[in-house]
Amino acid sequence: MNNIIEVNGLVKEFASKRAINDLSFTVNPGEVFGLLGPNGAGKTTTIRVLNGLLPVTSGEVRIFGENPITTGEMVRSRVGVLTETPALYERLSAHENLLFSGRLAGILETELEQRISEIMKFFDLEDRVKDKCAGFSKGMKQRMALARALLHRPELLYLDEPTSSLDPESAQQVKDLIDKISHEDGQTVFLCTHNLVEAQRLCDRVAVINHGELLALGSMEELAKSLFPGVWVEIEFLHQLTDNMVVSIKDLPGVQQLRPEGSVLHIQVADNAVTSDIVLRLSSINARIMRVTPREVTLEEVYFALQNHQSGAL
Amino acid sequence: MKTRSVWTIARKDLMEVQQNSMAWKPAIIVPFVFFVLIPVVILVLPGIPFFQKPTFSSNVSIEQIRSVLPAEILSLIAGKTDAQIFPFIFLGYLFAPMFLIMPLMLSSIVAAESFAGERERKTLEGLLYSPASDMELFLGKVLAALIPALLVSWSSFVVYTVIINTLGYPLMGEVWFPLNSWWPLIFWITPAIAVLGISVTVLVSSRVNTFMEAYQSGAGLVVLVLGLVVGQATGIIYLNVPVGMLVGLVFWLIDAVLIWFCLKSFKRSQLIGKL
Repeated sequence: MNNIIEVNGLVKEFASKRAINDLSFTVNPGEVFGLLGPNGAGKTTTIRVLNGLLPVTSGEVRIFGENPITTGEMVRSRVGVLTETPALYERLSAHENLLFSGRLAGILETELEQRISEIMKFFDLEDRVKDKCAGFSKGMKQRMALARALLHRPELLYLDEPTSSLDPESAQQVKDLIDKISHEDGQTVFLCTHNLVEAQRLCDRVAVINHGELLALGSMEELAKSLFPGVWVEIEFLHQLTDNMVVSIKDLPGVQQLRPEGSVLHIQVADNAVTSDIVLRLSSINARIMRVTPREVTLEEVYFALQNHQSGAL
Repeated sequence: MKTRSVWTIARKDLMEVQQNSMAWKPAIIVPFVFFVLIPVVILVLPGIPFFQKPTFSSNVSIEQIRSVLPAEILSLIAGKTDAQIFPFIFLGYLFAPMFLIMPLMLSSIVAAESFAGERERKTLEGLLYSPASDMELFLGKVLAALIPALLVSWSSFVVYTVIINTLGYPLMGEVWFPLNSWWPLIFWITPAIAVLGISVTVLVSSRVNTFMEAYQSGAGLVVLVLGLVVGQATGIIYLNVPVGMLVGLVFWLIDAVLIWFCLKSFKRSQLIGKL
């Protein structure tokens, strides 16, 4: 199947400001794609452009192969959007909110009640269906907004900072739900966030942007490899490090960097095969190893490396 | 255009207005005061001895009133007693333009609630992400403001007619209301005034942030209605059938221009930029 989203050289300017600058990426069916960046990076503007709410200044955007500006109604009928604030009609009940959204989305009257029951059950809100949304907690409102976004079984779900205003417990609930619908149900998700832990857990691929510019694009492994070539290994000893230990391994083939730190040695190696050579060499000089841990680069490290790189370039 | 989407939006807005007492209370109080309380006072109180004291009943000279009345009304009151003339002139003639305050006020309140209120409550962005077209969104919201304004206005007219003719029957001895001049007022000028209230409020709503600001700005149109009231009371204008049709036509033409501006400004790309 073709890409669900194709963005090519997207530029969006407002009167005096370029909000998005030459942004290009694609999103595949069934993928959870993260758009990462600080506040004001252009994430929400990107979602608005992708939904045909804002025209592009230049470049090309295709959603399901269609231009969202000229076929906005068709495109929006196939997507669900969770905005940064839940945007519920708080004077209306959960049921009335869903009836409204379902009818606008074109769900048949004969199917609507059944679908509302299903979705309220899925989001564990079936006991509150007749209650006004004004009385809901923040976490419930966000679940309710997510239920509304998924009511018409969209092919693509946009999530704009889905956990930004939630307490840790509610945020965890919402993340679990997103994880379930994306990885168990195969829903294509476009997630805008500045929460890197959330993105690392949920996303298959990410695009990192700042000031509307794309800094990097790829899976976590690809980004980590491009920014932090090689593999980092941590070796912890039962005693303090000695100069002899460091000297004995620094010239081994494949060892790229050494960072001693108390009883822990951080070593960057070309690949995992080098690790066993290091362990053998250390054993031969009677170093007492407590643990050997290959260390994965976190999205946080990738993200800050990219942001620092951009700041340095400016 | 999907009519289901238009009605869905209109119904939702009406349900929201129903929950906002600040919006619907005037819809009950104003018609009650204008079209129940005032006719009752005018028709019933003069029959109670206390209110027949000279100081109460002779404040307004019938001759003074006659001097500003158009010939058509003068011919209608020919042969009537002084006691019959006052309610006839006040309720049947002078009061007529006051009726227009109601559609204006109601349409402005609901339109302010629907357009500016949606932004104030931060629900507009969600609505803009819906599959409804700009035209469907606009029409749904216009209908939500127009329907209650017309229903309440027309119902009030029916109630007013019944009260005048039943309570006034002992005094007048006939079913005399409505006069012919009321028909264009009710079915031609009233919808035009309601649409005027909506279109002005929509235009104002795009420049303000709250329901109250939008409503107060739109309510400035009451001056227009007061102008008609004063004009009719001083004999400058008489909203008989031809004049009523002409005034209505002018309002409809103004409406057409304003609605054109509204449609131009009611675009997703412009609305989202103001969030």
